[in-house]
Amino acid sequence: MDLQHVNIKIFVEGELTVDLDDVIKVFHELISQQALPGVLLDVGDYRHVPAGPSVLMVGHEADYCLDNGGHRYGLLYRRKAPLAGSNEDRLRQAFDAAFHLCQLLESKFPTLKFSRREFQIIINDRGLAPNTPETLEAAKPAIESFLNGIFDNTQVSLEPDTDPRRRFAVAVKSATDFALPAAS
Amino acid sequence: MKASNELWKTRLTGQITDGLAEEIDTFEMQIELRRQDKMDEKVFAETRLRRGAYGQRYDNGQRHDGSESKTLPYDTTKHTKGPDTVWDAPGMLRIKIPYGGMNPEQLEVLAELAEEYSDDIAHITTRQDFQLHYVHIENTPTIMRRLAAVGITTREACGNSIRNVCGCPFAGVCQDEAFDVTPYADAFTYFMLGHPDAQNFGRKFKPSFSGCHQHSCGLAAMHDMGMTAVVREVDGERKRGFRVVVGGGLGAVPRQAKLFDEFLPVEELLPIAQAMSKVFGKHGEKKMRSRARLKFLVDKWGIDKFKEEVLAERANLTPDPRWTEYLEHIEEETEKPSRPPGDLPALNGNERMNHWVKTNLREQRQEGYVAATVALPLGDLTSDQLRSLADIVRQFTNGTIRTTVEQNFVIRWVSKADVPALFNALDAVGLSEPGASNILDIVACPGTDTCKLGISSSRGLAAEIRSRLAETSFKLDQAVQDLHIKVSGCFNSCGQHHVADIGFFGANRTVKGFKVPHFQVVLGGQWEENAGSYGLPIVAIPSKKVPNALDRITSFYLTQKQPNERFVKFVKRIGKTKMREILEDLAEVPDYEGNEDFYADWGDPRQYSIGDIGKGECAGEVVSQYEFETAAAERIVFGAQVSLEEGDAQKAGEDAYRAMIKAAKALVLVQYDDVTEEDPDEVVDEFKERYVDTELFLDPFAGSKFADYLFDAHQQVGRTFDADSAHHLIEETQLFIEAVHSCYNRVRTQGLNR
Ligand code: SF4
Repeated sequence: MDLQHVNIKIFVEGELTVDLDDVIKVFHELISQQALPGVLLDVGDYRHVPAGPSVLMVGHEADYCLDNGGHRYGLLYRRKAPLAGSNEDRLRQAFDAAFHLCQLLESKFPTLKFSRREFQIIINDRGLAPNTPETLEAAKPAIESFLNGIFDNTQVSLEPDTDPRRRFAVAVKSATDFALPAAS
Repeated sequence: MKASNELWKTRLTGQITDGLAEEIDTFEMQIELRRQDKMDEKVFAETRLRRGAYGQRYDNGQRHDGSESKTLPYDTTKHTKGPDTVWDAPGMLRIKIPYGGMNPEQLEVLAELAEEYSDDIAHITTRQDFQLHYVHIENTPTIMRRLAAVGITTREACGNSIRNVCGCPFAGVCQDEAFDVTPYADAFTYFMLGHPDAQNFGRKFKPSFSGCHQHSCGLAAMHDMGMTAVVREVDGERKRGFRVVVGGGLGAVPRQAKLFDEFLPVEELLPIAQAMSKVFGKHGEKKMRSRARLKFLVDKWGIDKFKEEVLAERANLTPDPRWTEYLEHIEEETEKPSRPPGDLPALNGNERMNHWVKTNLREQRQEGYVAATVALPLGDLTSDQLRSLADIVRQFTNGTIRTTVEQNFVIRWVSKADVPALFNALDAVGLSEPGASNILDIVACPGTDTCKLGISSSRGLAAEIRSRLAETSFKLDQAVQDLHIKVSGCFNSCGQHHVADIGFFGANRTVKGFKVPHFQVVLGGQWEENAGSYGLPIVAIPSKKVPNALDRITSFYLTQKQPNERFVKFVKRIGKTKMREILEDLAEVPDYEGNEDFYADWGDPRQYSIGDIGKGECAGEVVSQYEFETAAAERIVFGAQVSLEEGDAQKAGEDAYRAMIKAAKALVLVQYDDVTEEDPDEVVDEFKERYVDTELFLDPFAGSKFADYLFDAHQQVGRTFDADSAHHLIEETQLFIEAVHSCYNRVRTQGLNR
């Protein structure tokens, strides 16, 4: 199974305390400086839609949203361009890209904190990965080995989304923080 | 590009009708040919437009970040997908929904596509289509296949073709309709889709069906071909037919449609549509895009000659059985409910539900049922909401729902007994917004968010007004609640600002050297009676003061209106001079220092093209001669409106022309100060030589359209005006002045050398 178009949503801890107008400003700055890998091109503002993408930065290879899907804010990295490498590599790439922006936003907004224990993996392609038990079975080894790479010997729970109409998604929860180097 | 594109192609084989499958395969091949530079970029651009794949803002690879225009780092080794259009730049895909009719399976597929290929948002347009934004061209064939598998096409959603066929969302359940127009709109759609006689247009052609004259659900008067259902007694028998109007349209210069036939028998609907397409294809303007809509042909020929030509063409058509086949059982065709009729239960003091019931429900013709409007802020909803809506439609109806021209959904055939359950189901997924079709239900085009032509942020403004009104709207006086607000990001009127009670369209101004986003305030339009009259702009207000302007207008209306006086009548009685007077001080722009917020648009923190400030403007303290002259031109054209209102069409037309000359002179003065408007020939010659021949005045998108307005008016100097022609010239003058402002801004930024 080929896991492409990996999305990672790292949840905000507690209530969202930042003014989203300020987040929009940061997105514009990042675009102006082309400060992340790939082409960044636009900002979308969907705050008028309940439980939606809220504010997003659109890119060619990937989008970044401060997403409020499911009424829960989180930084969503949405990979659009296919990637080479193994499934595990692609999961890791998406996770690193998402976490990089989390750290960047945390540095700009001291009251904003993203969870180090809870995030969601989504495969944004029903053609490659329909939301079925078979997909879960096939994807599990890569997901587990990716998780082993970011959590040190800790118990991690995986909870799949079981609605067959939705995309293949698993919620990841651990008892301890994931271990990643701080942003440079 | 999605990794699964090939997979979908295989998987959906056999699930798509042969014709559609072949067309999509062909389009995929054309994409490949263009990718390899084996197809001309212009030809490819029109090809993709006819498939619904449209351009989007920044697709020329440039983006202004508030201080300068920057090149986006796209892969430049790839070929373009149209003139000046970067291959990898995302675009918009328009999805046709004939008469807005959908089923739950289609909603679910749209949800999937919005998630997988767009930004998780599906957007309903003012012509009942859907739009997905940020779509990569190489994914479009897969999207088209997935849509085709549930019976939806994007074919002819854009380009020079017959666009989506609009229709009343209440057709079949409305108390006022003559008959259900749904099956006729359906037959029209599929008969004309890809019809060989409709492939040679110079511009788009928009049809619409309405069930009655008095309401606005189908907006017949603003369409190229508008049909209103009529029943007549013929030889003692009740016969169905349509009152047909032609040549209507909004766009830059709106036209009310002209009466083509008081009663066209239903048997003649399709042959006349075919004949009209042939006439438009043969005789419509092809070279000058700005004059290529059907309205210009109707204007040029007059309605009598136009009708004569269409009827002659009709007489020569080879009979086609499809013209009438569909009529066989048509009067028995109607949607059926899935639930028994009922009575509305007591709502037990639930204030939100009560408010929603009051504004969003409409009694059906059929006893015991209501149609419920699902009001969508700015026409947007998420994939999760679309899926929930599919469930709701399955639960409460026989599986049908309609989109509306006000960017909402209507769920029909709801048993009154189910109303509380329906409200709760919608409420649980954030779809229980009250205020359908009232002041809160603001219509807005995409504007600067995604449209390449956007001047000001229509969605930003609409969102701001909405959020200010959200808490209080239902406490407002009913007369104010009933107002319609519509916002367009530019003069092109996709937000239908001409037919709102209060309309706004985006404009820009240079004030003391700084660019400032503005909106023109448009008053006098009428939403009812199928868009019965068009408003005119009265004054340009800086974007950030528009909410104050709205407050002023509504308060003034409340205090000055006569009992039961509708807004459109009120504006007529009070007069535009007075209306302008109450807003005039808001047109002032405060100095930049300390008021930087005025120099950015709603929802966009970037300085509004601050990088466009010209050199040597010494902190912008000097009000240039240009600014004086254009302000005078604006005053004169406003005076023309007043004259028109007072019934003096001749003076109105002459003043509009005078304003045009004044505005042209303003630009000439930037280069050459020895010109006087006492000699219009000289002004026009200098203008032509300095701005048109040098291409400085050419609009990046509209080309020479606005300069042609001046040349036409100058050529016809001394003519006699009637109300219609004076109205048109006033519109053209307004647009010419806007173009003068844009040119001035360009010249200041880029200098005089092109
Ligand atoms: S009105 Fe102007 S800004 Fe709005 S969608 Fe149309 S062309 Fe674009």
